[in-house]
Amino acid sequence: MSDNLFADYGRHRAYDEMFDRSGDVRPHCAPLFDELKRASPDQLNELQLEADKAFLTQGITFTVYGDEQGTERIFPFDLVPRVIPAAEWQTLERGLTQRLTAINLFLKDIYHEGRILAEGVVPRELLQSCRHFRREMRGVPVHGDIYVSVAGTDLVRGEDGRFVVLEDNLRVPSGVSYMLANREVTKQVMPGLFDRYHVRPIAQYGQLLLATLRALAPRAAAEPTIVVLTPGVGNSAYFEHAFLAREMGVALVEGRDLLVHDNVVYMRATAGLRRVDVIYRRVDDDFLDPLAFRADSRLGVAGLLNAYRAGNVSIANAIGTGLADDKAIYAFIPAIIRFYLSEEPILANVDTYLPSDPSDRQYVLEHLDELVVKAVGESGGYGMLIGPHSTAQQRDEFRAKILADPRNFIAQPTLALSSSPCFVDGRVEPRHIDLRPYVLFGTNVSIVPGGLTRVALRKGSLVVNSSQGGGSKDTWVLED
Amino acid sequence: MLLSRVADALYWISRYLERAEHTARLIDVRLDLGLDRRRGADEAWQFERLYAALRLVAPEGVGALGPATLVDALMFDASNRDSVLSCVTLARENARQVREEISSEMWEQINALFLRIKQAQRERTALARPHYLSRAVIEGVHLFQGVTDATMGHGEGWQFLQVGRYIERAGGTAALVDLHVKAGAAAGAGPVEWLGLLRSCAALEAYCRCYTADLRPRRIVEFLLLNVEFPRSVRFAAARVESALRTIARQIGRAAGGRPERLAGRLHASLDYGQVDEILDDPHAFLDGITRHASQVHAAIYQSYIMYPIESALPA
Repeated sequence: MSDNLFADYGRHRAYDEMFDRSGDVRPHCAPLFDELKRASPDQLNELQLEADKAFLTQGITFTVYGDEQGTERIFPFDLVPRVIPAAEWQTLERGLTQRLTAINLFLKDIYHEGRILAEGVVPRELLQSCRHFRREMRGVPVHGDIYVSVAGTDLVRGEDGRFVVLEDNLRVPSGVSYMLANREVTKQVMPGLFDRYHVRPIAQYGQLLLATLRALAPRAAAEPTIVVLTPGVGNSAYFEHAFLAREMGVALVEGRDLLVHDNVVYMRATAGLRRVDVIYRRVDDDFLDPLAFRADSRLGVAGLLNAYRAGNVSIANAIGTGLADDKAIYAFIPAIIRFYLSEEPILANVDTYLPSDPSDRQYVLEHLDELVVKAVGESGGYGMLIGPHSTAQQRDEFRAKILADPRNFIAQPTLALSSSPCFVDGRVEPRHIDLRPYVLFGTNVSIVPGGLTRVALRKGSLVVNSSQGGGSKDTWVLED
Repeated sequence: MLLSRVADALYWISRYLERAEHTARLIDVRLDLGLDRRRGADEAWQFERLYAALRLVAPEGVGALGPATLVDALMFDASNRDSVLSCVTLARENARQVREEISSEMWEQINALFLRIKQAQRERTALARPHYLSRAVIEGVHLFQGVTDATMGHGEGWQFLQVGRYIERAGGTAALVDLHVKAGAAAGAGPVEWLGLLRSCAALEAYCRCYTADLRPRRIVEFLLLNVEFPRSVRFAAARVESALRTIARQIGRAAGGRPERLAGRLHASLDYGQVDEILDDPHAFLDGITRHASQVHAAIYQSYIMYPIESALPA
């Protein structure tokens, strides 16, 4: 009975994906609500078991860092899909296309003329202190001027229900395999409900990614050789690297499979050496080439940077794109969009305070108990202070850290991320979620309709990262 | 195109699985035969022979142990690299590293086998009734082979899987026969032991169809070493190794007669033209030669396809 399942569905100040402020079911969620109302906890538990089993047998697991046993866990999966109406998706699609177009123009400008710096739109000192700025990339031509080929932008809904951009992930965004796996499993465990909705398909992601990478091939080879470069089986996203290589039908290589001779990259095959044209790398800049970056890296390929600069191989995403997802540069993205495109941003940013600015700094220090403070170089939910949930001691620590190195932090208002019904402990309860669509930038921009909806499974938690108790659910973008 | 690292991993997936199957079957047969052992003066299970059959050094005092301890050690002990669990874990680790190369069905099968053994380890029931787990392991490996044949393209990677499986099998069967011939000569092993040998190679039914249930050591040795049709005979395995290596050379456009094929061909020929009477004159020397030739084939595969020097492979 629905009374049981929804008995504890509390209302918060957050926007809820299923119920409006007066508690009525939003029209696009009605079939989903009806389905859940008819189901018993036992039935849903059974589906949950089926789904979990599917993830386990497919080995869709991640390795927990810091766990010496190397334990593999499944990424927790929530049964209840998240539904996005067609019109809303169109806005997201336009907004993301605009944002990524501007970001690619920005990266080209920064690594060549630097117009935006000369005109004072982005402060020069901010750029120079950015950890992911790569001097080695200055003046290096990048094929098609496509710096970011794959982005995984994190969006959240504010209290008013509008989507805002929380983070642009422009280096090696992960999670797309979970998006695809979630869909596959959802179709298996609830085909009836899926059929009642008209959900746009996402299975074409592999082909689109391949086309995006082909567009980067530096020489006019009829069949360019594309590889996925992985740090190896010990990496937490290894499953995804293998998955994408298989989806595209290309080789999955590790650094030790590649070598550079006369500025040409080869891979070592049983039949001999074979030239490589495009590398979809899932290895950070720092580890790509021990001769150019970190000398202790065993994940990269000696001489890769020179082969890249010689134009003999393309790397996606380009080296140095992390500059544009620096959390302090993030604050300037709306200005960057206006500067290059002369358009108003379609998707808003979250208000961001930069402690490197004296007046912002004062505001931040005075409002630590209300704000979220993030270290600019961290990701995965690490190095964060969530003001309203913090202790006085934690705030003091962050105050000291901010004063010691203001450039290293940003602060944002604590967002009430929207909540979505989730099946937890035999009941349906609201949990906070975000959305990460995957944007592909090749000869044109393509975004598969959907994305990874991450869920903060701990009650009341705002942290959706898998390393911190997060899970995910399927995301249904509806046809018009 | 097949990466050298991937070829290496595929080769080891099937070697480890073959080893796991072989070990599981030997445990099963030994524990079953042990139940029929004579009571009285010598009631020990004599697990030393099982270790010897697996080419392992038996731990001190293993002869006095009961079945549960043995199953724990050879089936589940993760610190023992040769236990069934270790072999399946290593096969799965290799499979995980080449997931884009093998089919999803293959991965799911090897993963399911691994999870099944882990579950048995947790539940401890296998210690009381080990037969069912042995069966499950053997079936799991067979299923993997079936799924492989049905879902993976029979290209170069598939051929490396064949090479690994049959090299491991040739060595395992040769070692078993060697042990039995030695023990037979020394102590005049009874029919039970020869029956055990056939069962340890899943060969009892096939042997009977060929020679009837009249178990004669000479025929048994001939069958396990030289039979041309039986898939667990050494000759059969050597033929498969040779043909897989020839196919690999052809598929990647190498000139015929490379070192791996020649060495595999020599191994195969020594079995093709072997005479059981001559072999039995000095069985140990013959079987030792088989083992040595097999490891030369292994080394040649590495030199030609996996660890070759870069200078020899660069375009001019």
